[in-house]
Amino acid sequence: MKLSRRTFLKTSGIATAGIAAATAGPEKFLLWAEEAGLIQATYVPTFCEICFWKCGAIAKVLNGRVVKLDGNPVHGNSRGKLCARGNGGIGLLYDKDRLKTPLINVGKRGEGKYRKATWDEALGVVAEKMKGIREQYGPEAMAIFTHGAPTDHFLPLLSAYGTPNVGMPSFAQCRGPRDVGYELTFGEGPGSPERVDLVNSKVMVLIGSHLGENMHNSQVQDFAEAIGRGSKLIVVDPRYSIAAGKAEQWLPIRPATDLALLLAWINIIITEGLYDRAYLDQYAEGFAELAREVSHCTPEWAAKETDLPAAQIVETARMMGHNAPAVTIHPGRHATWYGDDVQRSRAMAILTALLGSWGRSGGMFFATKASLPKGESKPFPEPTKASLNGGGYPFAGAEGVTQAIRTATITGAPYPLKGWFVSGTNLMKSLPNQQETVDAIAKLDLLVVVDVMPMDLTMMADVILPECTYLERHDALAIGKGKSLSVSLRQPVIKPLYDSQPGWWIAKELAKKLDLGEYFPWNSYEEKIKAQCKTGGISYDDLKKLGCLTIPDTSAPYITPENQPTFKTESGKIQLYSKELKEKGFDPVPVYVRHPLPPEGFFRLTYGRSSVHTFSRTTNNPALNELYKENEVWINANKAKALGFSSGDYAVLVNQDGAKSNRIRVKATQRIREDMVYMVHGWGSLGKELSRSGRKGADDQGLITKYAVDPIAGSTGMRVNFVKLQKEG
Amino acid sequence: MPKYAMVIDQRRCVACMACVVACKNENEVPPEQYRTRVLEMVEGEFPLLRMELRSELCNHCDNPPCVYNCPTGASYKRKEDGIVLLRKNRCVGCKACVAACPYSARYINHEKGFADKCTFCDHRLKEGKEPACVATCIGKSRIFGDMDDPKSPVRLALKGADATVLLEGAGTKPRVFYIKKFSKPE
Repeated sequence: MKLSRRTFLKTSGIATAGIAAATAGPEKFLLWAEEAGLIQATYVPTFCEICFWKCGAIAKVLNGRVVKLDGNPVHGNSRGKLCARGNGGIGLLYDKDRLKTPLINVGKRGEGKYRKATWDEALGVVAEKMKGIREQYGPEAMAIFTHGAPTDHFLPLLSAYGTPNVGMPSFAQCRGPRDVGYELTFGEGPGSPERVDLVNSKVMVLIGSHLGENMHNSQVQDFAEAIGRGSKLIVVDPRYSIAAGKAEQWLPIRPATDLALLLAWINIIITEGLYDRAYLDQYAEGFAELAREVSHCTPEWAAKETDLPAAQIVETARMMGHNAPAVTIHPGRHATWYGDDVQRSRAMAILTALLGSWGRSGGMFFATKASLPKGESKPFPEPTKASLNGGGYPFAGAEGVTQAIRTATITGAPYPLKGWFVSGTNLMKSLPNQQETVDAIAKLDLLVVVDVMPMDLTMMADVILPECTYLERHDALAIGKGKSLSVSLRQPVIKPLYDSQPGWWIAKELAKKLDLGEYFPWNSYEEKIKAQCKTGGISYDDLKKLGCLTIPDTSAPYITPENQPTFKTESGKIQLYSKELKEKGFDPVPVYVRHPLPPEGFFRLTYGRSSVHTFSRTTNNPALNELYKENEVWINANKAKALGFSSGDYAVLVNQDGAKSNRIRVKATQRIREDMVYMVHGWGSLGKELSRSGRKGADDQGLITKYAVDPIAGSTGMRVNFVKLQKEG
Repeated sequence: MPKYAMVIDQRRCVACMACVVACKNENEVPPEQYRTRVLEMVEGEFPLLRMELRSELCNHCDNPPCVYNCPTGASYKRKEDGIVLLRKNRCVGCKACVAACPYSARYINHEKGFADKCTFCDHRLKEGKEPACVATCIGKSRIFGDMDDPKSPVRLALKGADATVLLEGAGTKPRVFYIKKFSKPE
């Protein structure tokens, strides 16, 4: 049967047999009992997984129930504070819609008909199918798609099985082009958390980055601290974001023209002599070529492209130049916009270099060179066939080009892909063009999903393996490399609820059934962590008690006469002009190319984040859903009026290819340009299994049928779709 | 005797809502009810816009209309530290205080039936901790302390700042102060 999105939509409403109704109502008198001295709280440190920032948290437990999460004061990513989502982690733990038992599909794929199974049976089915695939097609016919903590368990499993095919949306649908752009310039990426020295900056520059709404705990703490200390903020964003509301200079740029602005800034800084000559002489090469290539990028030229006043372009360039090197050009994070994203990121890196900000106080600092060894494991078998991860893109990263694996699954070339193992990512929401995802899944003999919640992709799986939440399990140690090295422990606060299991246990048990048990030689994950601590010379007992250990610093964050930087580029110098790119046939200095603009009656579709949600994964969390129950489409108030919409009305969005969205509320506002609309990503889930967020709001990814692939890194630009607003019905 | 107060440095708020969620967990606030909120207000026309992010909560007024209007004596202002509190067992849920409060800081707890509001996390203060919203405030926008202690965070925050209170004309004498603008020329 050919499974289309439409049939999936139609059938997803059918009741899902097997999901037991559990009673997890709030226990109302725990705090009262505590206050009356009848019960005593216990506190367990761990780290958060509501997003990927890995903030240290301390869970307060009363009578076996988690009642509060606080930031861990000794943890560098949280410093005693959690964001709304981290505070709301309890909502996930006690969400009645959680996956509760292993489920085996008994209907057509995507129909949502499941039956309960034991772990032994469910893992048996998966193992049998995986063995069958290996026998018939070879181990490379399995691919893993993964994100976050589960990766530490399931990537080793699939590597032991023998496949080289791994796709992480965090590369080709997110940070990939940014990292590649910085690597080509400085020989390394900006890191995660990005090594932005905001607190010491005099000027901060955000380009399309909406810190605050994009809630990365310690970084936003630094951002607010910097504002409090009087650092001047320049925000380039076509939308008046929270950050823009704090900016000294807001540049409401025409979408898709950021590179023109960056090249003009570079040109101004060069022609006005505002660059750090001594720094460049010592550490960089290609200045003359750069100056030549950008000489035509005048403020007037950029003004026409960007729809910004030339005077503002000049003024902001001077602000940076006069405050250098204490200028943080934030590298951004989700950088997959228009398909020339490596070059835009490179322009940001070049600007950083011109200002001498890389390795300087107030700019970008260097990470510690210290590390914690991972611990030995049996070497994985050498794959017999070449990996498809690179997708033929010369600078694709090790995280894999997800959509290239998807394409290979559809075409069966260069070899068949018959099984997908998915953990920690809802591919229906993370990959553009959902039809391709559906088409690829239709080619599979096996789709296994490990998840906590019944997300869209999960409910298309043949076998669903319910992982317990981060508050109920051990995971790999988090090794943080900021100004110092930190080691954080995730440990169970309470035992797994229902019949859910930790990822490590699922991987280990499945490995046994695949005769790969020797890759998981420990009895419990705690045992493995203890061994790692011992090898690394840190005390597991201290770690367990404190949740996080910071290793005395071994690095220096800034350039000094004694602390000279190393650049892992071909020549060992900062590449203002990239010979590497030139050799592969790309522009050695970024060149601005005009992107198509929305046709009459259409708006460019852009998307972003809400401070209380992490993509689709938190949409159903009662504690967070309460604060943001469905997404809205932001449209300029004048345009909305002309189209007959008021704030609060429902509209349907239709894109250039005729793809239609769920109904979505209109937010008619002055906070956005007239040529675009904006929405928070992750909404419009298909299924009824999510009782709060299912079918609520519109799915931006459903409207992203078109994507622009970056020829350098293979990442997918996803801001190239145009939509119009229609009345409901 | 401490004289507790809060300062909201609005310049540092990023409207992340951490305070709202922390408060709800800390105090078992029922779904759809809030002891504190963050308002996001924008005025002007594109592209000349201005934004105000404002955390609101009980102002623990020195001249508290909720206390004066409580017919049962459930609402009171504690002499020792000036926190406005409620004796739950004396509250009959009549809503007089809800109506009297010009800041909409009170609600009738729909799970428990009595009037409810911010207590400055009285129970945490006893343990030497800050209120939950302050402890988790990502931007250090919420600042708490003793107005009588010149070295307290609130006094330091207010020093030289252009601080205001909400609805000053109402004569309620709030103990929550707002800093909107940078005092030095920007």
